[in-house]
Amino acid sequence: MIPPEFDYVRVSSVEEAVSVLAADEEAKLLAGGHSLVPLMKLRLAAPTQLVDIGRVPGLDAIERSNGDWRIGALARHAQLQDRPDMGLASRVAASIADQQVRNRGTIGGSLAHGDPASDLPAVLLACEGRVVARGTGGEREIAAADFFRDYLTTALEPSEVVTEIRLPALEGWGFAHRKFTRRAEDWAMVGVCVAVQAEGGVCRDVRIGFTNMGSTPLRATATEEALRGQPLEAASIERAAAQAAEGTDPPADLNATPEYKRHLARVLTGRALREAAGL
Amino acid sequence: MSATVPGNGAVGRRMRRKEDPRLITGRASYVDDIALAGTLWCAFVRSPEAHAKIVSIDASAALERDDVVAVFTGEDVDAGALPCAWVPPGVEVNTSEHLCVAKGTVRHVGDPVAVVLGTDRYSVVDAAEDVVVDLEPLPVVASLEAAMSDGELVHPESGTNKIHEWSLGGGDVEAGLSQADVVIERTVVNHRISGAPIEPRAVLAEDRAGQLTVWSSTQVPHFLRLFLALLLGMSEERIRVIAPEVGGGFGAKLQIYGEELFCAWAARKLGRPVKWVETRSEHMMVSHHGRDQVAKVRLGATRDGKVTAIHAKIDADMGAYLMLLTPTIPSLGAFVMSGVYAIPNVQTDITGWYTNKMPTDAIRGAGRPEATHMIEVCMDQLAAELGMDPLELRRRNFIPADDFPHETALGIVYDSGDYAGALDKLLEHFDVGAFRREQEELRAKGIYRGVGFSTYTEICGLAPSRVTGPQGFGLQTGLWESAMVRVHITGAVTVYTGTSPHGQGLETTLAQVVADRLGCDPEHVEVLHGDTGTGPQGLGTYGSRSTAVGGEAAARAASKVADKCRAIVAHMLEAAPEDIEVRDGRFSVKGSPDKGMALAEIAGAAYIPDPLPDGMEPGLEETAFYDPANFVFPFGAHACVVDVDGETGKVQVVRHIAVDDCGPAINPMLIDGQVHGGIAFAIGQALYEQVVYDEDGQLVTGTFVDYALPTAAELPSFETDRTETPTPVNSLGVKGVGEAGTIAATPAIVNAVVDALRPLGVTYMDMPLSPVRVWQAIEEAKGVTA
Amino acid sequence: MSGTVPVRLAVNGQTHAVDVEPRMLLVHLLRDELGLTGTHVGCDTSNCGACTVHLDGEAVKSCTVLAVQADGCAVKTIEGMADGETLHPLQEGFWAEHGLQCGYCTPGMIMAAADLLERHPDPTEEQIRHGLEGNLCRCTGYHNIVRAVQAAARHAREGSAAPPDLPPGGEESGRALAGEGLGA
Repeated sequence: MIPPEFDYVRVSSVEEAVSVLAADEEAKLLAGGHSLVPLMKLRLAAPTQLVDIGRVPGLDAIERSNGDWRIGALARHAQLQDRPDMGLASRVAASIADQQVRNRGTIGGSLAHGDPASDLPAVLLACEGRVVARGTGGEREIAAADFFRDYLTTALEPSEVVTEIRLPALEGWGFAHRKFTRRAEDWAMVGVCVAVQAEGGVCRDVRIGFTNMGSTPLRATATEEALRGQPLEAASIERAAAQAAEGTDPPADLNATPEYKRHLARVLTGRALREAAGL
Repeated sequence: MSATVPGNGAVGRRMRRKEDPRLITGRASYVDDIALAGTLWCAFVRSPEAHAKIVSIDASAALERDDVVAVFTGEDVDAGALPCAWVPPGVEVNTSEHLCVAKGTVRHVGDPVAVVLGTDRYSVVDAAEDVVVDLEPLPVVASLEAAMSDGELVHPESGTNKIHEWSLGGGDVEAGLSQADVVIERTVVNHRISGAPIEPRAVLAEDRAGQLTVWSSTQVPHFLRLFLALLLGMSEERIRVIAPEVGGGFGAKLQIYGEELFCAWAARKLGRPVKWVETRSEHMMVSHHGRDQVAKVRLGATRDGKVTAIHAKIDADMGAYLMLLTPTIPSLGAFVMSGVYAIPNVQTDITGWYTNKMPTDAIRGAGRPEATHMIEVCMDQLAAELGMDPLELRRRNFIPADDFPHETALGIVYDSGDYAGALDKLLEHFDVGAFRREQEELRAKGIYRGVGFSTYTEICGLAPSRVTGPQGFGLQTGLWESAMVRVHITGAVTVYTGTSPHGQGLETTLAQVVADRLGCDPEHVEVLHGDTGTGPQGLGTYGSRSTAVGGEAAARAASKVADKCRAIVAHMLEAAPEDIEVRDGRFSVKGSPDKGMALAEIAGAAYIPDPLPDGMEPGLEETAFYDPANFVFPFGAHACVVDVDGETGKVQVVRHIAVDDCGPAINPMLIDGQVHGGIAFAIGQALYEQVVYDEDGQLVTGTFVDYALPTAAELPSFETDRTETPTPVNSLGVKGVGEAGTIAATPAIVNAVVDALRPLGVTYMDMPLSPVRVWQAIEEAKGVTA
Repeated sequence: MSGTVPVRLAVNGQTHAVDVEPRMLLVHLLRDELGLTGTHVGCDTSNCGACTVHLDGEAVKSCTVLAVQADGCAVKTIEGMADGETLHPLQEGFWAEHGLQCGYCTPGMIMAAADLLERHPDPTEEQIRHGLEGNLCRCTGYHNIVRAVQAAARHAREGSAAPPDLPPGGEESGRALAGEGLGA
């Protein structure tokens, strides 16, 4: 399969990328290319111009600053995979597709694609992270809750470029990830990211992000509310997890009915919570 | 156990493969690796509709492109219709015309309507998108049920979707069932799968001054040459077909495909080389599929577990056209419908049906996996009904080891076997009692572990021509195999085999066989194959025939050479030919090992005659055509252990233990490799893979994203062992093994899942055992038990 | 639209300068322009891994990388794995352990395994199986591929010049060793 024709420009700065994007609304940003190139090969996407930001210097660093992990947009999944000290983000990155994809795919590209079946959006939600983007109007920070708008649609303006992801380090929180697939390399049928803050055996705070449970990545708010303030015990977790599918609208696909996905969401949320709570 | 002819110990060795050095260094040459100057690339414009009338095709925009040379539609291509090689005597087959580019009507998604040829690999793909095809949709027959209702028709001119009816029986199955105390009836669905070799198909055709050369990723180069000659109206000697390195086949390349015919036709028409390389999406859509049978099985037994009869009524969804062997496939299973059991009454009734899908044909196992699956899952069902241990039920019905050759109720003669011996060997590796205790303990912890068994035989070594040929089963060909063994002046050896291996390691296996007969080093035996321009007429690789038929042909050709060697040595050393033996790499006089000649010396004498015996021709090469007296029947016993997540329905294969018997091992390492791959293929079908069409006949599983081949991460290491029971059919004593693992393993997996879930009330499941289906089965069982 | 873009890259240590269409995939640059046909294409969707090569030392699927993205990079393909006549330990391992049948997935499998051994010089079976989850093989059931990678790891660890052991099999393998010798 062959991508359709396009013009190619390699930029050396974010500003240059923004100006090219602003001038051509059919242009698309190219980073690792692992979301875009497959779609182009299947001719499901046909941008007229690709703006390659892959060589922009300084955009792939991972740093710790003021309680946040600051991840350059061009950091690759493999970089996170190799940083177990990053906790949930590292765990989830290691589960993305396969090693070759993780070696090329970028964090910024994955989030900007806004695919509810991708793994990292659930991390962004569960950590209540922020996306830093630069556009014609300068730089802004977009909270996770505001970032994912609809299927494959984010809050980014067409000419905006993601430059950094900021994830609160959630020091001292328990975390867990459950990804249900038919095969290891597959997209998640359902994915669950959990972060739990415990204090004296009680759930002080909990955040749960879902993959592939609706047209956007979602938070499991009903379960979170049911567990917050409760003892972190099997029974309370089970009660809370039973509400995990509330507010979700998972699409049917080849491998699952919506009903099955809701069931999986409940099961996997329970398992992830138990692990995060150390049970 | 060793070969029946004493040699130099080449047979039986775990010899590293001779074909590997080129493969591990990237120096092998597959069809797409061959580049000819001036090549035109093909892009097929394919129907997005499952059934439609072609109203118009407008190629003008495509033709305006500078690098497009031609666009052809079905109206332009004056080649014959694609063949179906099975017209069984006395059976009415509702045939249909199948063209390499459709004319008038398209009948499945992917049916080609036009072909763009151009100079650039990339731009022909763009140009194909510029071809405007106006299709008027017709009613779609998207399921077996729809086909059988004859409401809408795939080929309206014939008045029915029914393709044919074919039966094979022995004894009296109704009488047998009436003698039974217990009869189980079970509908067994064997779903549609894809062969999915990792190398997609590819064709390159070139015509030079009326001499046509076609490189194709095919399992059957000789058949392809024959049919190209017939369909293009050419004399056969003007065509050479070459199957270079072929990246797996699994039956998907045992076919005469429209793309092969088209490229050959277009190369002649345009006078330029023409190349087509299948995309994976095309492979899923237009490389033939396999299986897709629904069987209603009745199995009866007395209270003490003696099976009295088996009846299988099979309806097969064969897709939109009949391809090379399409209607034959279910029949191959009918020959072994009594499996490894002495069942006096056996009957198989097959009906083929047209639907608006890609045709089915042979995919690894071809009919026998379906038969074995229905027998072996039903044996477990019967055991449950009788309250009997499933292995005990099997043992009570095994054909005893002292009853071979064994004529079954169908009149088929099983060559050799020791079914209880294979099961005994299996149980040396698997302690059932310990497993049951472990299973109990795990269940208490909420872990559902189960074991399933399968004891099987299959029919392979295609084939004795008198059984399968025009006077027998009705294939329009004999199914012998050929080989030519040429000893060069230096004593080096070249073997030409008519088989066409594509991963099985035949270059090594045949080298071992020939080296043993000639007393030489297999490293100096080159095996050539897959080229109709060299060596004798051959038939190709399918049906686990390459070693049992092609290997025997090579052994016989080598023996003829050895006979000549003996005569020469006897003449030169003044001994009697019958006193010359092959020992330690030499032809030497019995009792006088220092009196002898090496093969190189004999070859020297043969090519530089220093008088040869009176009347003997110079040279040292011989050809053999081997038509076996019977099929061969490999057998064995498999056990599969699975864990099922009772909450999610996900199945994990924990262990798979296989004891297979394909006769004396020529290269044990390669046999294990064939079994490993066969088991993985079966796990793929049982748990992961399914070709899915929706209610409109649209293909849902169009790529490797949706058609889920298992990866390394899904599979365990396999445990393999062998028993070695020689067949009397050939001098090597060998049977086929390429399909055995696939044929044996699926029922073991399904039986294991049912065993695991029995506490939850699940008593039966059809494949594929995907998580959602297993979960649904658990939920349904809860509903029943609640 | 488009035109061509100059690309300069070092493939197996040799520098090439070519003009490519922006849409040209790296795998087609390697195969069709540079004649390195050991890298294969087996799917359309980045699943099969037959096209795996190393880009600046890391395994990537060259069907999902644009040739222009490889500008200025070092690429290694299967053709660059052996050191002259001396096979790479993974090539030896695949040969000795019968880690291939049709051979079509093998170059990609070896390149992915090399990345795996960089990450895990002494991998467990589970690490090998997960490390190769981006590469499909239809012939071997992966059983002997796992053995091949283990053999290569052992070989690298022990640092011996000899190829890895032949597969276990008692007398049979002993005879094989005696019979065919160890010369590659």
